[in-house]
Amino acid sequence: MIKQILFIITLLITFGVFAYSVKRLWGFFSLTKPAYPIKNIGARISHTLNVAFGQTKIFRKPVIGLMHALVFWGFLVITLGSIEMVVDGVSGLDRAFASTGWFYDVVIASGDVFALLIIVFIKLFILRRMFLKIKRFTGVEMTAKANWDALLSLYFIGFLMVSLICFNMGYISSHPNGYEGVYPVSATLVNLFGWDFSLLQEPGWWVHLLLIFTFANYLPYSKHFHVFLSIPNVFLANLEPITKYPNLESITREVKLMLDPEAAYDESAEVARFGVKDIEDVSWKNYMDSLSCTQCGRCTDVCPANITGKLLSPRKIFVDLRKRMDEKGPLALAGKQDNKSLLRDYISEEEIWACTTCNACAQECPIDISHPNLIMDMRRYLVMEESAAPAGLNVMFANIENNGAPWQFSPEDRMKWAD
Amino acid sequence: MADVTAKGEKPEYLYWVGCAGAFDDRYQKVARAFSKILNHLGVSYAVLGKEESCTGDAAKRAGNEMLFQMQAMQNIEVLNSYEVKKIICTCPHCYNTLKNEYPDLGGNYEVINYTVFLDEMIRTGKLKLENNPFKGESITYHDPCYLGRGNGIYDAPRNVIKAVFGEVKEMKRARSFGLCCGAGGAQMFKEAEKGDKEVNIERTEEIIERKVDKVASACPFCMTMLTDGIKLKNKEAELQNIDIAEIIEKALNL
Repeated sequence: MIKQILFIITLLITFGVFAYSVKRLWGFFSLTKPAYPIKNIGARISHTLNVAFGQTKIFRKPVIGLMHALVFWGFLVITLGSIEMVVDGVSGLDRAFASTGWFYDVVIASGDVFALLIIVFIKLFILRRMFLKIKRFTGVEMTAKANWDALLSLYFIGFLMVSLICFNMGYISSHPNGYEGVYPVSATLVNLFGWDFSLLQEPGWWVHLLLIFTFANYLPYSKHFHVFLSIPNVFLANLEPITKYPNLESITREVKLMLDPEAAYDESAEVARFGVKDIEDVSWKNYMDSLSCTQCGRCTDVCPANITGKLLSPRKIFVDLRKRMDEKGPLALAGKQDNKSLLRDYISEEEIWACTTCNACAQECPIDISHPNLIMDMRRYLVMEESAAPAGLNVMFANIENNGAPWQFSPEDRMKWAD
Repeated sequence: MADVTAKGEKPEYLYWVGCAGAFDDRYQKVARAFSKILNHLGVSYAVLGKEESCTGDAAKRAGNEMLFQMQAMQNIEVLNSYEVKKIICTCPHCYNTLKNEYPDLGGNYEVINYTVFLDEMIRTGKLKLENNPFKGESITYHDPCYLGRGNGIYDAPRNVIKAVFGEVKEMKRARSFGLCCGAGGAQMFKEAEKGDKEVNIERTEEIIERKVDKVASACPFCMTMLTDGIKLKNKEAELQNIDIAEIIEKALNL
């Protein structure tokens, strides 16, 4: 009974802290602009099954992809077991889901096996991060804190698995006359040592759940928030071709008005700003992308500008967006301003103009972030609000406007190729 | 288009030549090659000629949405006035814009990329390729971003090349992993930002590494960037950049 009360108090604290984090983020989201309407639920579900659950984009790097996929699939199975542990803790029951029979055995057995696999992979991930010089783990946006954050999360996951196996071993030892579920790894370990591990059951259980609660509340402040957000982010992804860049509706109105001055002018629909300068100009999807990004750097790794030593790193764009929101979000919610902006104080014009919009970054991103769209939104701000395009582009704009071609040729000569 | 309409004819296809096809010295040859193939096939088509204007792709990607939409709406007006149903494009940037970005502004057409068109003509037997003027030569293919990653067209250009060359020697970065030529997103029209090297040089080095006689491309920007890269590397004698349409033109001896 005391255990039950203690656990319920712990759980309430966990939910309380989490609710605070969600409320904070909800406020930040309220500062952002609409993106696109979420339609085609069927297509979205199949896209999510494919990209998120099937891990198809992760597999673009086959070896490390398989390791990640196994950790992810293990995480899904183990989560079912964790839910049961929470139900047990609240209700005072023992193995609340055991009545599901063979399904229970499958889930518990695979969770037990996955726990061992994950321990091995996490160990490899940690060693790889510490000792292999992986280029995409570096970059100006990859601060010491980001690396530390990555390692801490890996250790969290590792210890979660160790505590789960300890709990399983303790459970097996304390039920010598038969127990619920199947434990291929833990039972083997118990038999191997031949000791009584029953003392491990209670601490294993508590440590495992307390780690989950702490980790869950650490995540909203970590780049590993992707544990929560990547699946929804894939579900909410833009399903259009990646090179289709949305038309700005406010411009459509203006252009229609120019082509047809008779058209009625709707003043209420006037927009404050073209393009993106700061966090209140980005869409909720841009911000969600920035929260979901785990900074794996696959985008930057394939970026032609980055490969050839230019300043642009697609990952940095979203790391900066998240940082800027952390800085300005609380101010903006309190109705205050500062003298900085996302563009220029965080992201330089040089970065923005280096993008070839080849979409290699968007193609590579395992959670469907579209970097070029946000980059072009910042170009829109520079061009339409400040007329601050590089000289060559202004020439190109003038040529298109006057000659209907980006080069200075007369439209009269358009058929010369056929002569 | 104005001429054929005046005669009361309704061509099946509109060939969207694009600014590069109309004005770029090197790419004019591609426009010519493709129109020769269309003539050879007896396809009913027309071009807009002086009435064609830039799709606005580069303006849009450079952030000038206003200019883009002005171009788009004017083009859509022209296309709709001729009741155009099917458009064939050689340039992947025109293709992407017409296909994906014009519909939301009232321009709804069946937009076909020429590599897909050629692939289908070969598959259905309408285009017969009997001789191979490139005997003994090897070729690789450079994926244009707006064709491949943007619109999933990876196989059609390869099928066309294979129909003549028999094989495509793939580069390390191919298909959805392909490396940009460096010209997209309006880079073509501005100085590159400072870096260790230019993107087209990085790509050219990769092509040279593959030790092939030819590199096929399917985009005017890629054509310019790769040709420049090959020139800068002094490899013009042993490595040539050729467009998919030019391969067929030569194979048909047009």
